[in-house]
Amino acid sequence: MKSHSEPVWQTAVRLGLYGGSAAVLFSLVGMVQTFQERTLISGVLTLGQAFLSLAVGLSAFAAARRVQAEGPQAVLLAGGLAGGAVGSALAVLILVIAALPDIRTVFINASPALTAILTFGQPTVVGAVLWVGLGVGLGIIAAALLLLGPAVRRTVLSALGAVLLLGLLADLLRLITEGWNLSGIGVNFTFAGLFRWMFFGKGLSIAGTLVVVAVVIGLNVLQARGVLARPKPVRVVARTRSQQIVRIGAFSVLLALMPLVLGTYMAEVLDQVFIFVLMGLGLNIVVGFAGLLDLGYVGFFAIGAYGMGILTSPELHVFNLSWWEAMPIAVGLTILAGVILGIPVLKVRGDYLAIITLGFGEIIRLLALSDALKGLTGGPQGIQLIAKPAIGGFVFNDQVRLYYLLLAGCVLVGFISVRLRDSRMGRAWMAMREDEDVAQAIGINLVTTKLLAFAAGAAFAGLAGAIFAAKIGAVYPQSFGLLISINVLALIIIGGMGSIPGVIVGALVLVGLPELLREFAEFRLLVYGIVLVVMMLYRPEGLWPEASRQRELHSEEPAPSDEIGDAPLPIKGSAS
Amino acid sequence: MLMTRLRRMSGTDVVMFIVGTVITIAIVYGSLVTLASGKYSLDQWENLVVYGLTQGSIYALIALGYTLVYGILRMINFAHSEVFMAGPFTAFFVARALNASGFLAAQPLLGMAIVALVAMGTSMGIALLVERIAYRPLRNAPRLVPLITAIGASLVLQNVFRGLYGSGLERYPDLAVLSGEFSVLGVRFLKTQAVVIVAAVLLMAALYAFVQLTKTGKAMRAVSEDKDAAALMGIDVDRIIATTFAVGGALAGAAGVLYALIFGQVQFYMGFVPGIKAFTAAVLGGIGNVPGAMVGGLFLGVFESVGPSLFLDGLGIPAPAQLKDVISFTLLVLILIFRPSGILGERLSTKKA
Repeated sequence: MKSHSEPVWQTAVRLGLYGGSAAVLFSLVGMVQTFQERTLISGVLTLGQAFLSLAVGLSAFAAARRVQAEGPQAVLLAGGLAGGAVGSALAVLILVIAALPDIRTVFINASPALTAILTFGQPTVVGAVLWVGLGVGLGIIAAALLLLGPAVRRTVLSALGAVLLLGLLADLLRLITEGWNLSGIGVNFTFAGLFRWMFFGKGLSIAGTLVVVAVVIGLNVLQARGVLARPKPVRVVARTRSQQIVRIGAFSVLLALMPLVLGTYMAEVLDQVFIFVLMGLGLNIVVGFAGLLDLGYVGFFAIGAYGMGILTSPELHVFNLSWWEAMPIAVGLTILAGVILGIPVLKVRGDYLAIITLGFGEIIRLLALSDALKGLTGGPQGIQLIAKPAIGGFVFNDQVRLYYLLLAGCVLVGFISVRLRDSRMGRAWMAMREDEDVAQAIGINLVTTKLLAFAAGAAFAGLAGAIFAAKIGAVYPQSFGLLISINVLALIIIGGMGSIPGVIVGALVLVGLPELLREFAEFRLLVYGIVLVVMMLYRPEGLWPEASRQRELHSEEPAPSDEIGDAPLPIKGSAS
Repeated sequence: MLMTRLRRMSGTDVVMFIVGTVITIAIVYGSLVTLASGKYSLDQWENLVVYGLTQGSIYALIALGYTLVYGILRMINFAHSEVFMAGPFTAFFVARALNASGFLAAQPLLGMAIVALVAMGTSMGIALLVERIAYRPLRNAPRLVPLITAIGASLVLQNVFRGLYGSGLERYPDLAVLSGEFSVLGVRFLKTQAVVIVAAVLLMAALYAFVQLTKTGKAMRAVSEDKDAAALMGIDVDRIIATTFAVGGALAGAAGVLYALIFGQVQFYMGFVPGIKAFTAAVLGGIGNVPGAMVGGLFLGVFESVGPSLFLDGLGIPAPAQLKDVISFTLLVLILIFRPSGILGERLSTKKA
């Protein structure tokens, strides 16, 4: 390793400068300014400041960890130096912006507003000096956290995390709990009152912060004393059948009550999440199970939605079916499209497949947009007046009702996914994912296996498209850009390729969270990109990986037993 | 083995043969109808071809970046289209400053050279950065992993540049020297078109000489043949890979300036379409093959410029120019299916890497 030959100060300054460049870049991109609008603790801390402090803390911590072997003084020195380097980088930025006001014509975010944020409203030079000092201070604190051991570290980090989360979601929590009260059970207590005390303006009040920190520290201490059980690892290996039924029952009740408790806005967010869960489950079959990288997946979503539009919209005066009549036809059309597009690419592998499917997706979008098919797809105007699904007199016409339709769809598709994964076909897909030639040699018919993967994936996307069309009530070609494909791909990668719960986790993180943090929509794709790269570098198996994949990707190091289950797992030798 | 394979694949092969035949017949029929109708004059055809050559030489320059990297790492550098965008988008601000100070009007050649150098340098730097951060740590990872980081890097670059320079269209200053047209052998060229074609040809010749004649070029070829053997011969493989990214990036930056010369506008999203077209060109010529990328680029440029008027019009499709991109994507799909080795390449797409 490099760190052995390199003096402590050099490692620290190098890492600090990396962190500093990142902090400067994020400031210039406009993230800090946007984040500044959000208050975490009223009058004390904004998200923008927290973000920059995080850059300092992370760099210092990384530097401190590199030199851990050199003893505590070296650790503190490295932390302070790295933090100071980040602070100096920001100081240089402040001074440069002050010296060259014209820089704004190139870097549009290098404005006086940014300087004001960075200098905390102080004069330029004071602000710059302040950052150097702040960097050193925060850096030493971060390094000290490393020295204090894992228990203290966990407590501090979870307290910080809780404050960050509550501060960020303050508005949302207020919106959700506004209507709640306990007067129904005879208690004179309103959540609004609690809120006024805990939260102030757009963030936590100081008292609220102290309460949150105290609660988190208390919980951690109790946990450490063994009073509270540590949360069990998520994947328990064996569970009795009755336990399982109770769990599933409780979970279903929770899911069914969710939109009623959380309100319309959250129902809308969950609808979005569910549509992406449906697509994610489909792409998970193609990419996660069968290992066929499909970048044109949005095409099937589009075919499902357009199929629904063409079949139900009275604008065309052709079919005018009801939603339930049209749905099987639309899904059938998508499956057909999946097979038709699948046949030509049977022989193509890897990145070539990615590019071809990307081409397919773009072709479908461009055709929908073009004048050539205007009679059918309505060109840029799209198709309006798409039928809503209805059972008897119950029309799925608002977010809460659609939630139940989508929930039913997800449960169905999730169930099919699980059964497919455990079936003979599922094993064939995974064999093919690992090695096509070997799979063929052991008697797997690659043609049908691949086509079935495409067809199943397409069917799920078609269903998602059909529901999406009904939800919006119209389809436009703009809804089906390449970014949807990338979004779906990203969510299954974040969740863990081939993992069904991973799809749900991924959709919540990549679709749900951004919906809740709408004001940062501008940086959504930037964050996606960063998340994709960072995940691939540090945790390629995803947040909730399939057990076998995790073993494979970490084959050289024994998996920590509390992460996978209680039984020691056989460690598979690396395959390639 | 071969017989079973034949028997198994025959169904799909038949389908693909039919698809290929239908498309060929449609193209021939459409072209004949258009030519017979005499809707376009010879002059218009000439214009379309010249336009296509101009576009094509830009595609060729970008395609070289894909092909060089593929030749060495056997991976598609998805972030290359953003490398292409980074150069001219950054150089725009230099061009604007030079224009405002009157330098560009007084010394158009020197000014252009400065702008081009800035663009090439920026693109080169970005390419090196991407290689260092997103690809080098993953050199021995499973196939899909670097592909996904490449997509991630591409998103990051697009949005970083959007955040830095804004999301609007920026207009390059017009050069008085380059307005107007002239003709060679009766074919009329805009001056910008001529500059683009000549510059692209010179750059390609320089690259070819670099790869064939210099010691570094020789090392690049060695690494592309066999990384381990090259390392045993004392070649610093990491350095050669970085050099390859740098050369590809510089060419993309130059292509970006030429693109800006023709279209006049730059924007953070400008890389996507030319990027994928250039990839098509690289595949068309046989990916990993340097002259192939050049031929492929020129062919694709002419094909998509002439195509809509030539055969789509004849097939009675309204507003055929809208479907220009569809033609390129379809061509890409068809080549990958029917002749993945491209015009000059070896068969690679089904090879397990």
